[in-house]
Amino acid sequence: MKADEKISIAHGAGGLYMHKLIKEHILPRFKQRRSVEIPLTLLTDSAVVNGIAFTTDSYTVKPLFFPGGDIGRLSISGTVNDLSVIGSEPLAISCALVIEEGFEIEKLDRILSSMEEAAEEAGVEIVTGDTKVVERGKLDEMIINTAGIGRRSPHLDKNLEKAASDGRSLRSRWLDPRNIKPGDRLIVSGPIGDHAMTIIAARGELGFEAPGLRSDTAPLNHLMERALEAGGVLAAKDPTRGGLAALLNEWSEATGFGILVKEALIPIRDEVRTGCEILGIDPLELACEGRVVLAVSEKFAEDVLEALRSHPMGREAEIIGWFSGEHEGVVVETEIGGLRYLPMPIGDPIPRIC
Amino acid sequence: MVDSADPMKAVLSRYRDPALARKLVARIWDLARDLPKIRIMHVCGTHEWTITHWGIRALLPDNIEVRGGPGCPVCITPASDIDVAVKLALDGINVLTYGDVSRAKGSRMISLEDCAADGGKVGVVYSFMDAVRIASSNPDSEYVFLGAGFETTAPTVAYYILKGLPRNLKVLSAHRYVPPAVGFLAESEDLEIDAFINPGHASTVSGMRAYKPYFDKCGKPMVFAGFEPIDVLVAIYMILKQLRENVPRMENEYVRSVTWEGNLKAQKALQEVFDFEDGYWRGVAIIPASAMNLKEKFSQDDARRVYGLERGGGDYFPQEARCAEIIKGIINPPDCPLYMKACTPSTPIGPPMVGLEGTCRIWAQNRILVKDFRCMSEACRINHGTKYVRRL
Repeated sequence: MKADEKISIAHGAGGLYMHKLIKEHILPRFKQRRSVEIPLTLLTDSAVVNGIAFTTDSYTVKPLFFPGGDIGRLSISGTVNDLSVIGSEPLAISCALVIEEGFEIEKLDRILSSMEEAAEEAGVEIVTGDTKVVERGKLDEMIINTAGIGRRSPHLDKNLEKAASDGRSLRSRWLDPRNIKPGDRLIVSGPIGDHAMTIIAARGELGFEAPGLRSDTAPLNHLMERALEAGGVLAAKDPTRGGLAALLNEWSEATGFGILVKEALIPIRDEVRTGCEILGIDPLELACEGRVVLAVSEKFAEDVLEALRSHPMGREAEIIGWFSGEHEGVVVETEIGGLRYLPMPIGDPIPRIC
Repeated sequence: MVDSADPMKAVLSRYRDPALARKLVARIWDLARDLPKIRIMHVCGTHEWTITHWGIRALLPDNIEVRGGPGCPVCITPASDIDVAVKLALDGINVLTYGDVSRAKGSRMISLEDCAADGGKVGVVYSFMDAVRIASSNPDSEYVFLGAGFETTAPTVAYYILKGLPRNLKVLSAHRYVPPAVGFLAESEDLEIDAFINPGHASTVSGMRAYKPYFDKCGKPMVFAGFEPIDVLVAIYMILKQLRENVPRMENEYVRSVTWEGNLKAQKALQEVFDFEDGYWRGVAIIPASAMNLKEKFSQDDARRVYGLERGGGDYFPQEARCAEIIKGIINPPDCPLYMKACTPSTPIGPPMVGLEGTCRIWAQNRILVKDFRCMSEACRINHGTKYVRRL
């Protein structure tokens, strides 16, 4: 980037620009001084230090309240999910509030109660925090930052042992795309795009009411435990900014393998599909806040699918594709049987959704 | 939502039906057997999107090729018209145009968007209606609307000109009429086109009738098609059937929109407002009777006459870029040395990467599979047993 370049909304959108910013500006400046089991450079959802998983995330959704959740529920779910997808059991969460002068206390109370409710659902405690207020107009209502720690899931070792029983050698003792090999199956835990489309509708950008739409925002740790109990899970990630398209491209890049997904198998609700048609956006680029994508050994994919479907949050889970050693990049088999590449999204069609 | 979702869902499931698609593909393969190499051209950016997004090329037999022609309004807008608009904007006249037109670069590699950073007055509108509204509510400022596009967008401009424009709004018309371009492409020897998929939206306005003289002259199959994947597959099927029977026809696949006469009201407005004159299509050629220029009696609305602007001549494309050949459909985007290297959707250089309907932009955003890519998994059904290509 040149000296006169400035941060644009696209730099925070989870796509190509954000990855460039992280790789060219952030990573080279934060030196890793001691050996960390899962370090920053791997760009996973959580780091692992001395056996403890650790993550942080800031939330700036507009509007603050939306069908199916609010910024409070989002801020707990997002951090719980980042801890869960690496194979840890979330323990404790911090809560930092940055609030605009003039913000109504009544609204703040509702958000805080919602945080507590989500924490209870996940079985974590909010143990530390911070509060800052900035002058009116210097911030749009509020930003919440949460960080969280987790310990190794009691099911993780058995899960990986089972995965390795197909003859592979594991490169990481956590859920990690480096464990993936061609043939491994991709499972998505439920319909994609509900969160992003709900936010778009809540902003009135669809031009009509969409009463059927609800954000999927939810803590996924119990669902993840169910999958690990079944065994054979190699990697997991939640498709937030950039949606499935960004997630699959990241995994394809991290593993060096191609991915083939069948569009017809990807669960998408009619309301989301229709909204995408109207706005001319690709549902595969829409963010979820309560879905997880799993890479599972082919041998155990059906078992894990069944385990996911036995949990209320995974009832609509589907196997959507697989890793391939015979091509590069992410290829979509379209519903009519055609083929196209699914590129890394450039930016996000809709900023400030999480 | 329920009310809006249901009819759309019904249409989508009918025109995207996988079982029907499979049947059509099988029929296309049957028809294509023993045929020589067939090159079909479409002349609409939206057709390119449908073909690319649904991965239709990967479903076709090796001897059936579908090429994208000059169907992107931004791509064919002459560099000289962009230069003129940039000059007006820098001279303090408010230039209004569509978003992607504002990003297209002129002969000095400067777009309207670029000149806005240097103080040029540029505004982006979604339609000519917005331009009329903006000019009406700011009577003390001068506005020029750079009108690019085909007979799909030109009737709105004609309608408002007939109704009477605000005195502070002029039109810089770069509108082009598609039927003569199809006639020109049909006669181009370097293209060797065997048949055409004619544009669904533009033909809804012009009617099939407008293509009759060009069809009579070239005798090549022309099928008017819609924009869902089944529409395109049916159109290819119809074309191959004609070629097999050796009876070329003008046929209508898009019966839910295109008619023989077309939209008579829109045609009347176009005839009343515009002279159909020789016009340059960027990268292609000067095509007779294809430029919609304002008639003399609307001189007071015509930015060219009011500001004494030169009519476009000459052309310029960035060095090494092969935009002209891509616009005309002679080569595919990966044949250009800049494609996905210096020229990408986030750093576009040539107009086909700028225009929302530009071939390069559509290919880049869907990273189209080229040449011999065939996935050998059971999922892909059609297995040539050939090799995989690496990522573009």
